[in-house]
Amino acid sequence: MTATLTPEKKNGSHKELSPELLLQMHDTMVKARVLEERLITMYKQGDGYFWIGGPGEEAFGVPLGMLVQKGHGPEYDYLHLHYRGSPTIMAMGADPVDSLRQMKNTASDPYSRGRNFCCHYSIEKWNVVPVSSPIEVQYSMAPGTALANKRALGGKGTGITIVTGGDAGTAEGDFATCLIWSSRKGHELPVLIIVTNNLYGISTPYEGQHGETKISDRGKPFGMQTLTVDGNDPEVSYQALAAAMDYVRTERKPFLLEVMVSRLYGHSSASGANFVANETDCLAKFEQKLIDRKLITRERADTIRATYNQELLDASKKVREEPQPKPESIWDHVFADTAGNGAPKGSS
Amino acid sequence: MATMVQAIRMALHVGEERHGVTDVFGEDIGPPLGGAFTQTQGIKTSWNSPLDERGIVGMAIGLALAGQRPVAEIQFCDYAFNTIDLLKLAGAMHWSSAGDWKCPMVLMTPVGAGIRGSIYHSHSFDAQATRLAGWKIVCPSNPRDAYGLMLSAIVDPNPVMYLMPKALLRVKGRPGEEVPGEPGDDKALSKMIDQPPGGDRSKWRPEWPKLEDLFIPIGKASIVRPGKHVTIVTYGRDVLMALGAAEEAAKDGTDVEVIDLRSLHPYDWDAIKTSVKKTNRVIFVNEDTEITNFGEHLLRRTVEELFYELHAPPKLVAGKHVPGIGLADSLEHASVPQKATILAAIRETAAHVP
Repeated sequence: MTATLTPEKKNGSHKELSPELLLQMHDTMVKARVLEERLITMYKQGDGYFWIGGPGEEAFGVPLGMLVQKGHGPEYDYLHLHYRGSPTIMAMGADPVDSLRQMKNTASDPYSRGRNFCCHYSIEKWNVVPVSSPIEVQYSMAPGTALANKRALGGKGTGITIVTGGDAGTAEGDFATCLIWSSRKGHELPVLIIVTNNLYGISTPYEGQHGETKISDRGKPFGMQTLTVDGNDPEVSYQALAAAMDYVRTERKPFLLEVMVSRLYGHSSASGANFVANETDCLAKFEQKLIDRKLITRERADTIRATYNQELLDASKKVREEPQPKPESIWDHVFADTAGNGAPKGSS
Repeated sequence: MATMVQAIRMALHVGEERHGVTDVFGEDIGPPLGGAFTQTQGIKTSWNSPLDERGIVGMAIGLALAGQRPVAEIQFCDYAFNTIDLLKLAGAMHWSSAGDWKCPMVLMTPVGAGIRGSIYHSHSFDAQATRLAGWKIVCPSNPRDAYGLMLSAIVDPNPVMYLMPKALLRVKGRPGEEVPGEPGDDKALSKMIDQPPGGDRSKWRPEWPKLEDLFIPIGKASIVRPGKHVTIVTYGRDVLMALGAAEEAAKDGTDVEVIDLRSLHPYDWDAIKTSVKKTNRVIFVNEDTEITNFGEHLLRRTVEELFYELHAPPKLVAGKHVPGIGLADSLEHASVPQKATILAAIRETAAHVP
């Protein structure tokens, strides 16, 4: 059950996206989907303890990653993602094998060295803030990086802060915190506040939990530009994100964007991680659209998928053999000023 | 001689002038008030935040991640309880990312009883704070340490919680506890850096003395009174209580050593160990409620590691495990350690025959 909403207002230019861009989006969407399916398989085969991720959010997440002003420091975009951000990270150019390493909690996992669940990314060199399992805390932190964005280059920077979270989590006070702190009169902050609405919070349906007509409406009392779009259509997502980002980059003010997405394998492995047939599959839909437009053939699309499949299957076998973190490594990085500084007694 | 609150203010000034502090913020921190205790008067980078503690902590984390140097405040630690998961997140930032990210922020908050603050302005935060791995926790007991610990907190690459014992904020230092560079004359200092109350405060600017850097190392205790017979390990407000009790005990011939931990985490185990090996008797004192109290940890470690050094059962003198500190004098006194309580513990410990 996925709502398909039309953009309320036309933002920026709606020029058609080039075939090259569409094919690039498609390729990355396939890569992200295959990655998630490989992670699920690894979990089911005992090569990980828990799976949570973003299959079904590729049509939104990939354009987001493509549009990010990627770099280090407040001149560039900060990303406060939730745990469904693999499509975005793949579009930013991350190696999918590293995601397998985090699933297998190996010492080689670059995001947490075996400490955190899969899809809990942390990439300091690209301003990707550590993903945390508690939902919504990212909405409280986002105004902080956005204030740094605003100050960068003597106030002339174009870097922004992008924060994503789910629909259910907007009930938390941190969501209100983000709305309030980013819209203070005279102190507005360049934050793109994104809610991916899959109409569920684990097992609890959206209906019955929300009094507001649309989540994006919650930005209106704060004077924010708001928009709700079909996140299952990558062209719509791309255009909406481009327009919203352009506004935030230029005006240095917040924008609340709600994207309606699917949850193709349920909440997480806790709910089985099985394909949900009655959800819209954004990748299948997009692929068919590209075939109908003769931009790609079925064979070519199948080959792309098969190639990624094989690559990640091979990689998962290699990752399985990589060493686990050493027990004594629990004391590493307790503090930033001394390496391996946490003595077993916890002090001195 | 500066008061503790003046010392904190001077440290924040030096922090923003010389050590990269970009933001000093929280509820009522900016003009016109300059902090509920006047701790941020005249600070250039100070600003007023929305009344939202989670927002304050979230903002500080975000700023720290983005290379800024924030000093944030929770107006009373009693209001910090709904920020615990964000505090945990800040402490976990470096560890969970396996060293990828740093979160150099200072969170200051007034703690403890002693100003008749009633139920929600008298809490301690020691137990909660010291459970937050990844944080450094400091708590000064005099103006000089307040100044030097704040500067150390500001330049530390980790999140540092700065617990301000609110009963001591207006207390002047004793000889040797000067802030380096402060003028010797109290009135002159007040005229320079205390915002006159009332009237139009917008035109007022402080005239800062020529202050020197002082970095009190985080993790180093101070022996504020050397002694031979009993060790008291404490911090913050109870340092003065313990010194008072120690003077009383001296009249009976009991020579008490008082250790001011200054840092709750990392704490100076060597200082505790050395002292206990010398006196063979130890009392841990703090204001927090006694069940699952930070002093209990120190006591447990003492029992585990120094059992055969002890000539008397180690003691914990702490707050009563009641939901709040009652307003009436009689209630506050009955709820948190007083000089008499500490003195009674000293006498009992000193008199114990193994």
